[in-house]
Amino acid sequence: MFDIFVSALTNILTFQHIGYMMIGVLVGLMIGIFPGLGGIAGLSLMIPFLYGMDTTSALAMLIGLVAVIPTSDTFASVLMGIPGSSASQATVLDGFPMAKRGEAARALSAAFFASLVGGLIGAVVLTGFVLIARPVILAFSSAELFMLSVFGLSMVGVLAGKSLVKGVAACALGLVIGSVGGAPATGEFRMVYDVDYLYDGIPLIIVGLGLFAVPEIVDLLRRDRSISEHNTLGAGWFEGIRDVMRNWWLTLRCSGIGALIGAIPGLGGTVVDWIAYGHAVQTVKDNPKFGQGDVRGVIAPESANNAKEGGGLLPTLLFGIPGGGAMAVFLGGMVLLGIQPGPSMVGSNLDLTYTIVWSLALANVLGAGLCIVLAIPISKLTLIPFKLLAPFMIAVICFAAFQATRTLDDLIVLLAVGVLGVYMRRFGWPRPALLIGFVLATQAETYLYQAVQFYGWEFLTRTGVMIIIGITAGSIWLGLRARVSEATPAEILAEEARDTATGPAANIRARAPQITFALVALGFFAVGIHDALKQSFLGQVFPLIMASAGAAFTLLVLSFLVWGKPNHAVSSDTEHEALAEATPLRSTLGAIAWVASLVALTAVFGFVIALVTFFVAFLRLRARASWLMTLILTAGCTGFVLTLASALNMRFPGGVLQEMYRLPWPFS
Amino acid sequence: MTVTTPTRRGALGVIAAAAAAFTLGTPAHAQVDFSGQTIEWIIPFGTGGGSDTWARFNAPFLSKHLPGNPTVVVVNEPGGGSTRGTNLFTQRARPDGLTILGTSGSTQFPYLLGDPRVRYEYQDWSVVMVGPTGGVAYVSPSTGVESIDDVANLQGQRLVYASQGATSLDLVPMLAFKLLGLDVNYVFGFGGRGDGRLAFERGEVNIDYQTSSAFISNVTPLVDEGKAVPLMSWGVLDDDGNPQRDPTFPDLPILEEVYEMVHGEAPSGPMYDAYKAFNTAGFAAQKMVVLPEGASDELVETYRAAWRDVFADPDYQATFEDALGSYEQVTDRGADALFSAGTNIDPEVRSMVVDMLASEYNVRLGD
Repeated sequence: MFDIFVSALTNILTFQHIGYMMIGVLVGLMIGIFPGLGGIAGLSLMIPFLYGMDTTSALAMLIGLVAVIPTSDTFASVLMGIPGSSASQATVLDGFPMAKRGEAARALSAAFFASLVGGLIGAVVLTGFVLIARPVILAFSSAELFMLSVFGLSMVGVLAGKSLVKGVAACALGLVIGSVGGAPATGEFRMVYDVDYLYDGIPLIIVGLGLFAVPEIVDLLRRDRSISEHNTLGAGWFEGIRDVMRNWWLTLRCSGIGALIGAIPGLGGTVVDWIAYGHAVQTVKDNPKFGQGDVRGVIAPESANNAKEGGGLLPTLLFGIPGGGAMAVFLGGMVLLGIQPGPSMVGSNLDLTYTIVWSLALANVLGAGLCIVLAIPISKLTLIPFKLLAPFMIAVICFAAFQATRTLDDLIVLLAVGVLGVYMRRFGWPRPALLIGFVLATQAETYLYQAVQFYGWEFLTRTGVMIIIGITAGSIWLGLRARVSEATPAEILAEEARDTATGPAANIRARAPQITFALVALGFFAVGIHDALKQSFLGQVFPLIMASAGAAFTLLVLSFLVWGKPNHAVSSDTEHEALAEATPLRSTLGAIAWVASLVALTAVFGFVIALVTFFVAFLRLRARASWLMTLILTAGCTGFVLTLASALNMRFPGGVLQEMYRLPWPFS
Repeated sequence: MTVTTPTRRGALGVIAAAAAAFTLGTPAHAQVDFSGQTIEWIIPFGTGGGSDTWARFNAPFLSKHLPGNPTVVVVNEPGGGSTRGTNLFTQRARPDGLTILGTSGSTQFPYLLGDPRVRYEYQDWSVVMVGPTGGVAYVSPSTGVESIDDVANLQGQRLVYASQGATSLDLVPMLAFKLLGLDVNYVFGFGGRGDGRLAFERGEVNIDYQTSSAFISNVTPLVDEGKAVPLMSWGVLDDDGNPQRDPTFPDLPILEEVYEMVHGEAPSGPMYDAYKAFNTAGFAAQKMVVLPEGASDELVETYRAAWRDVFADPDYQATFEDALGSYEQVTDRGADALFSAGTNIDPEVRSMVVDMLASEYNVRLGD
């Protein structure tokens, strides 16, 4: 055993190994900083260089790349509220409010330092875990995986915000949206309405961007100031590192959770950060301000998501089952290098496994260290007046969105989910609850069906299942005590803008917009029920139950809105807060229209021409920038996008123009 | 008239088709020159999967051996179970040799089944290379089977199989088990064969198959421990399209042999025809490289010559087995035979399979 450690360590600690790893880290950092581009894009850049390299150096480069992606995407989620990948969705919740408060540098350095620690702890956990991982992973059957999905769903209790009823309804909304596409048990297609795009289901990245990034952009456009409310960056990055050290026990726990859940194949790394976030909310006692910029809400998911990559290595190496997108890329690279995953990775190739696990830890240190250094200069972005930043952000989210399938449909769905997100935000429907439902919809349905097929309903009595049920019950109990709210105290206390009259008629008058939104949600559930009834039993049972539950809870929301007393917990409308603050706001529809205009222009002229037109129009008409400024910014953004796209052999989504004429790249 | 100038980008396929007609019959000298050009190799799958790895392994060799050493880039166009990227290829690619397509079994299957999302036609294309693969079916010793000689023990038992879906590559084992008269309960919704193997190791399922490379690295250790019993391989096709034992597993019988052991006669009939068509499309002719409709004979020959040179390249020979397994990629006559066997199906056989999928597994391919 000892000689294996020594052999692995000598592999890693060579100048050559670290050098190649640094190349991987740098490429990964440059790519990962861009939302939507992850390891996949990085791999295609690197593949040509993998040839002719010796295995260890090539592996070092790949690992450097994979390790830094969940770290570098934190920049966009903290600074701009854009979740670049599923690994950084929970970070947005508290990271972005911190940036808005002028604490971007602190949030970033806390996130990166937590990532660094998480990566290291993950490696320590895995060093021991590797040896027993095969039987442990095999112990998680479909039954346990189903219960783990339920455990993930129970986080809704924590993330439901002010009103649990709305939280459950939002979660059901996510579950129904997540069931669009092929049914796991029968393969029949649900709610596709002959739209080719819907056959595959809606991509997670688009739901994340639509729910979180679009509403923030719209809100900032309405407020018309820089992202940071203050002109300074406030407490510096040293503060962030101190935050992590003060919360060392939380960091440690979340890293452990990340490494272990990441190691279970099938659940996917997508919920790890939510579970860690939920865990932080449940357990932090002193003065929690989650949802409004609590640094612990940044530390928890970030320490978990780096440890998760290490955990994800195990099923990849031992069973050839990649835990997520980055691991799939890593697996492809390994196969190209002639390394076959399998039981030999804990047998004759154990030193290789340790080389990989520890390289990942080292790459984490290098990557996170580099990010910490970059945190201060990059966080100055939050001081730029938003009207100059906005076209970039709109371009970035569209660019990120069409990485999903490279079609115009990506942008259209982004816009649709974005509008949903804007109104969910306004009416206090918790967006994280929808996202968790969406992420876990397929898993919950698949594993329940498989568990019943394999074990019958007795699967509930399996030891593993009972343990997870216990954990889930505890989590729900803790969650009901500590619920995170996206609403600021001002929002909660804000008086509803209404006349003094009470009773249903007055309620409907005062809450008409909220009631309309709830009615739209109800309509969507009705569509879901209608579609489910057309499917076979196995295809319909899950969406039918979820849509019916969603409809029931939405009806409950509606009845509270109509008959509830003034300032009932269910009633929430941020427009009231704005009225109370007397902040002059521009119109929501106007802001949405700007986002829509880029999508519409793309539909006609293709993305590149649309981008240039949109930039010029926005900067001249909305930001009132000078022609020189407009020229510089437009050329800068277009040039950057084109360089990136040409390096990645990327085609842009086309529009009507491209249908009619064949144009050379980049217009094609 | 050669197809060299990229400046013809504005011209429509009509001109290229005329060019193709014009060059028809001229001796196939490699006059095509791709110097300084970029060839897009469309892969209708995402990054990191089998097809992507396959293309990325082959791309630099292709670049090295095509005249003029063009840059060959892999362009991933995933979606719709590979139908989206392939439709895109049909719609956009011109026969100038600058756009090629790499297909896989999941591209062939919806085509053979008549999936409504398919808007491509294999018979319009020219195949220039085929990359075969193989697979091995195995069972748990808990079934009472210790070697293939006990195959009769499987009759009448309730077997369980973890499937990725009835229209996926798992259709091949499904048809094979049907031919052998096995009573198999299919549990769907598995993400990949790796997940299926995990279910096998847990004892949730007792019959499974893996592609050859996964079988060698992951199931062979189980076989050695006495936890799995190999049953049969899917075999390979010779140049005339006849099924043969897989040279990777010379000791394992192929389905045709097992069928004879069970039923006492050689397999025949529509169900066997269906098995043959889908087995070829899914394994023996799994990966194909094709040129779009209208490609000139000269262009096809240029590509085939390039593949011949790739296969003879010592660097390729030294590395391909590690990356792709022991199946030789083929071009020319071998590729033609596999292409034709893997992309043609009798309409009656097709409707029999579609009806079976609909009545037994509720699969609706759309209307």
